[in-house]
Amino acid sequence: MTDTIITPAVDIDDVGSHLSASLTARRIEVDGPSSTSRDDSATTVIPKRSGAPATNYQTRRALGRASRQDLMLMAGAGVSALCTTMLLFGRLTPMQGTLGFMVVGFGIFVATYAVLVSLTEDRQAVIDRVMAVMLTSAAVLAGGALFSVVVFTLWRGRQALLKSNFYLEDMSRTGPLDPLSQGGIAHAIVGTLIMITLALIITVPLALACAVFLNETGGRTAGLVRTVVTAMTALPSILAGLFIFATWILILGFERSGLAAAIAISIMMLPIIIRSADLVLRLVPGNLREASSALGAPHWRTVWHIVLPTGRSGLTTAVILGVARGIGETAPVLLTAGFTSTMNVDPVKGPMVSLPLAAFEFVRSPQPALVARGFATAAVLMILVLILFTIARIIGGRPAGRLSKRQARAALVHSAHDRERIDARNQAKRQPAARQPENRHPDGPFPDGPFNEVLV
Amino acid sequence: MDVTMIPEAIDADAPAPTPRKLVATDGRSDRIFHKGASFSGVLVMAIMVAVGMFLAIEAAQALRVTGLSFLTTSEWQPDRNKFGIAAVLLGTVLIALVAGVIALPIAIATALFITEVAPVWLKASLVALVDLMAAVPSVVYGLWGLFLLQGNIVGLSRWINGWFGWIPFFHVARADPNSPLSSASVYTASTFIAGVVVAMMVMPIQCVVMREVFSQVPGGEREGAFALGSTRWGMIRVVALPFGRGGIIGGTMLGLGRALGETIAVLLIISPRFDINFHILEAGSNSVSSLIALRYSESSGFGLSALMAAGLALFALTLVVNFTASWFVARSRSGASSEA
Repeated sequence: MTDTIITPAVDIDDVGSHLSASLTARRIEVDGPSSTSRDDSATTVIPKRSGAPATNYQTRRALGRASRQDLMLMAGAGVSALCTTMLLFGRLTPMQGTLGFMVVGFGIFVATYAVLVSLTEDRQAVIDRVMAVMLTSAAVLAGGALFSVVVFTLWRGRQALLKSNFYLEDMSRTGPLDPLSQGGIAHAIVGTLIMITLALIITVPLALACAVFLNETGGRTAGLVRTVVTAMTALPSILAGLFIFATWILILGFERSGLAAAIAISIMMLPIIIRSADLVLRLVPGNLREASSALGAPHWRTVWHIVLPTGRSGLTTAVILGVARGIGETAPVLLTAGFTSTMNVDPVKGPMVSLPLAAFEFVRSPQPALVARGFATAAVLMILVLILFTIARIIGGRPAGRLSKRQARAALVHSAHDRERIDARNQAKRQPAARQPENRHPDGPFPDGPFNEVLV
Repeated sequence: MDVTMIPEAIDADAPAPTPRKLVATDGRSDRIFHKGASFSGVLVMAIMVAVGMFLAIEAAQALRVTGLSFLTTSEWQPDRNKFGIAAVLLGTVLIALVAGVIALPIAIATALFITEVAPVWLKASLVALVDLMAAVPSVVYGLWGLFLLQGNIVGLSRWINGWFGWIPFFHVARADPNSPLSSASVYTASTFIAGVVVAMMVMPIQCVVMREVFSQVPGGEREGAFALGSTRWGMIRVVALPFGRGGIIGGTMLGLGRALGETIAVLLIISPRFDINFHILEAGSNSVSSLIALRYSESSGFGLSALMAAGLALFALTLVVNFTASWFVARSRSGASSEA
């Protein structure tokens, strides 16, 4: 059977400069599968250009950018608001203060802008424009707040930050009145690194194993464990510190130390890392697992060679973000690490201090030099978090299974290697003399897989 | 035409086919693997439950002494058996509420700006910026609040008190808004300032969740609204906001959970006081976590269990808030994929 479909086709002569749409009928013949008399003349006819190009040129509108009128309105409203506010604050009313100036100025700006827009546009458009201004200003406010936090911290700490002794010395020989050219936070930097390393040694294997349990092997218990872990993400960090303080230090009688702080940080970080690792593993495509199982791989090999490598970037991000959270936490360290101004590299013995705790203790002092050290310590901490965060961004941000160029190359090399191995094995199979007698399944890709008998 | 043939039962008398029993026998390595994974899962659960149980058992000792008056007493003198969380818990909630009220509109607007208004080339850096803001340690925000914000916000506090002082919330005792020479110290170290600092911390956390949800608005609905002649704000109002409702509520509560538990930023700002104080602009406030940070070292065994009771109450509160948040997020149209 043959269907004939008549479709109106739009003939666009030259997209971009002018549109001359001429409606032509195009005949398309569709052959059904049961067609007995094949019609050889079933062709698509491309219509001829219809004469000279049309002359009604239309300039193309740039949709992405604001038009000049918008910009002029914006600028006019801005100037008008600035002038009115200066008049109000300087002459007409007794209002004063920077904050008030900005708030009043913003209000006048929005009102003026709305009036200006309403001269040419209808109500809907006025609302739209005003809301766009509001959304933009909120984002600017948020960005400005972050900017002010970063700049203020760096600025107040600049004198200490620029001195090399700040990074190389501890505070043991430095009194509160000593200038910034003495003493530093080497002990806090070392303390932070030791604590976070210990915390990583505790949390990473446990968190990854738990995430694997939740996603791969858990079954019915996984739901319960997941609920408990979710609940513990709500644990205020100070309670993790209080728990370790009450058990490890008071009941078990250990002294305050870096290890105690590391355990407290671990309790805080563990649910955070597990939760995000759980989400990452959940996004690993199921067909990869199934393919692996279908090839006869035992479960642990599927997890170790397929699931974990696929989620590697996401898992790394989860760990790094957990570390960023753990490094910045003051409260658990405050309760468990004690405070010291000397270098201590032994996590089991003696108090140890971390960067946030040092910053906190510095600024509690009224001495300007100590406060400057506090800000510089906070700045170092912030930069550390920023570096970690950038690393996380570079590694992560890629969905599970999407490889970077380097990873893709590595995968190619790996599979070429596999190919060689399999070829060599097949060669060996064809020459039975070369076969080792004691190798019952020399060639199963998974010597411990459940389907070995089938494979051989 | 193709006809799908439904096969008839071949033999009606044959017994109904029963599903074959599938027995998967794990190898030794797999058995070890499964045991190990289950062990770690159960171990994590055991640790977490142990923390909760320990807090509960220790707290019970203090709660047995006070009974229900624990919830209504505002003093904190465990050695004289007079202690309760009325004042500290109220302070905690008020700080979190102030933070929520300030952070919520900015978080929604910033999230909408990133997904709807910002030009494409700016989007990626804005997303990174908000994520980074969420990762800044709280002690940094605390320093900022103590040394920069506190001095500059007193004018705003005075202004609010001057115009809205008749509302009980904004009343400040011993303050004379009409005299510019009156001491600024009646306004410092207040719930309001602590709330603003916590809002700085909480806003990016909320914004991350909301942006995630807004970015999942189906393109078809978005374009449908535009095709019907909607303006951008109209589209946001009828498509994006209703779609993201679950994410907005969930993100807000997630932020509130963090705000309730914040220690250091609050500890740096407030000067502790132990009475029921609704006046958010007035100097002096308190929160459970800063109470623990202040009192843990000088506490006897019983004082410690009293602190744990306070901590447990806080934990219960954050637990409720967090579970409500994930319930809202999971129930929303944007689904569980947005839980962050």
